[in-house]
Amino acid sequence: MQIKSLKGLMIPLLSVIAGFLVGAIVMLIFGYDPLQNYINLFIGSLGDIYSIGETLRNMTPLILTALGFAVASKAGFFNIGGPGQYLFGWFGGISFALAFPHLPGLILIIGSLLCGAILGGIWSMIAGVLRAYFGTSEVITTIMLNYISLYFINYAIRSWLAKKGNDSSPNIVAKASLNTPFLKSITNNSTFNWGFFIALVVVVLVWLYFNKTNSGFEIKAVGINETASRYAGVNVKQTIIVAMLISGLLAGLGGAIDGLGNFQNISVSNNLPDVGFNGMAVALLASENPFGIIFAALLFSALQIGGLSISVYSNTPSEIVDIVIASIIFFVGIKYLFEWLLAKKRHHAQTKLSEGGR
Amino acid sequence: MKKKWMALIATTFALGTVLVGCGSQSSSSKGTKHSAALVTDGGGIDDKSFNQSAWEGLKSWGKSHNLKKGVNGYNYAQSDDDSDFLPNINKLIKAKYATIFGIGYKLDNAISTSAKENPKTNFAIIDSVVKNRKNVASVTFKTEQSSFLAGVAAAETTKTNKVGFVGGMQSDVIKTFEAGFKQGVKAVNPKIQVDVKYAGSFSKADVGQSLATAMYNNNEDVIFHAAGGTGAGVFTAAKNAAKNGKKVWVIGVDQDQKADGAYKGGNVTLASAVKKVGTAVKDLSNQAMKGKFPGGKTVTYDLKDNGVGLVNDNMSAKAWKVVQNYQQQIESGKIKVSPK
Repeated sequence: MQIKSLKGLMIPLLSVIAGFLVGAIVMLIFGYDPLQNYINLFIGSLGDIYSIGETLRNMTPLILTALGFAVASKAGFFNIGGPGQYLFGWFGGISFALAFPHLPGLILIIGSLLCGAILGGIWSMIAGVLRAYFGTSEVITTIMLNYISLYFINYAIRSWLAKKGNDSSPNIVAKASLNTPFLKSITNNSTFNWGFFIALVVVVLVWLYFNKTNSGFEIKAVGINETASRYAGVNVKQTIIVAMLISGLLAGLGGAIDGLGNFQNISVSNNLPDVGFNGMAVALLASENPFGIIFAALLFSALQIGGLSISVYSNTPSEIVDIVIASIIFFVGIKYLFEWLLAKKRHHAQTKLSEGGR
Repeated sequence: MKKKWMALIATTFALGTVLVGCGSQSSSSKGTKHSAALVTDGGGIDDKSFNQSAWEGLKSWGKSHNLKKGVNGYNYAQSDDDSDFLPNINKLIKAKYATIFGIGYKLDNAISTSAKENPKTNFAIIDSVVKNRKNVASVTFKTEQSSFLAGVAAAETTKTNKVGFVGGMQSDVIKTFEAGFKQGVKAVNPKIQVDVKYAGSFSKADVGQSLATAMYNNNEDVIFHAAGGTGAGVFTAAKNAAKNGKKVWVIGVDQDQKADGAYKGGNVTLASAVKKVGTAVKDLSNQAMKGKFPGGKTVTYDLKDNGVGLVNDNMSAKAWKVVQNYQQQIESGKIKVSPK
């Protein structure tokens, strides 16, 4: 067990190191100083309390969209709908907070978060129902649902939330914000907010769900073998829908937390939010382990926040960070090749061993 | 095996500590020189449009005062996402830039928040008005005036009596382009049809191309785009149509887009409705340097002070004369262009 988990750690670590190496090589080719830039990156993400606050805030929605992707993935589904579910969560959270500004603070926050999570969940469940009853590929439906949500929410903001002609909603009242003056003051005015702690609690809940509940076990069973699970008496249709529902709830919660904690409003967006897609990469890097997701999200977030410093302190374009991130994702993808090679080698060794015993 | 990993982890941590130790981000102040930086609104500083124009203005300001790119000079921070606005602004504040520009109305919330937290820093917001902050200068452009001239140019050039408009997103700012363009066309010939389409994005060249292709196929022979990066697709569509023997034109936006219209055998850029964001950035930086930053005020640029205008790229001499005539009438106040 010990060795196995170490091996599980080894491949992501190697991917990360390889990603940084590729970034360094690219920088050298174009005549930039990789060491100096990586120092700036490190200081820019974790060098002081403000940067740490921003990094933790930025990783909060990443944790949740990654968890959402992981849950669907455990059931065997490739849920690409994270961005749309996140958008619906953000929209739901802000709409609730704008609609009931007179509620007491705590109830307002809980209501907003729930509203966002549920909207995200329902949105994702559409793909689940289509998959369960009609066998529609969730890859296609979730991609399409992403676009529907982007344009629907842009429309909804313009026609319901924003003042005429504006393309962002008004700000929510201060008591609905997760970014309290206290957290602001201890982190030097960063956007660090209580959402981070909510995300950590959710990580534990998701772990408990998979390891201690029947429903979580059923999801894993369906993911491993749908037919066998059906014979074993698992209601497969229901399990598929539940998995997609939870997946969307989590991504939606991420959106609602970002809305209440970071943005304080919602505005019309040009593109689908990156955090939905990056969550998939984070989950893959963490091999879909809930606790691993925390560290993978920290890495991605630190790269993004630290990356903003690169162009401020040197002549290097900040896009270099995108190259590093993309390389890491690439090497994580290759990880399956590594695993396959390792497994083949082991298999080869075993057959040799058994032949020798004959 | 286990020991090896422990060693690796230990080295990583040790390296991390060393890295923090030799951090070079201490900002030593060199004399009284001014420093300024801008935060982009999503596109890069090479978007051939809005952000690029602002960055070129800042660069030329820095060079004219012998400043270098970087801390204590001039610089930019690129936002990949709306959530990057505040961190970018705060990083620039920490690097002690004295004047910070928010390029685009999307940053108004972030600028307003930061301005409250950092009353000693100068802030400027382009294309929006931030109220109740004494350290924020708001910069707006009367783009309806330059768009009016674009409308005149289109009306004087069209052979089919059908012209088109491709907008990025339906915001107040882009609506001024549409309104000005329609008024300009109408002033010349009320019978010309104006077809208005929105792409829903400033960064989707493919959508711009398919919209424009459909418009050219519908015999609209001049298209004015106010769509940032989406406009690149309008140029592609025009060049394709021109290669197939159709006589079509594009009117560019923000910068002089003559180079974007060039193809083997000609050029499809009729004119460009420029909006000199760079001039505004340069002006404000100079004012801040002299200690005369117009904080708390709204600065408006129009045709008269050359903050907006129409650049002739391939217009006929006759059409250009008409445009100049209308320009004089707007500058003298004889014609009032409504922004809505």
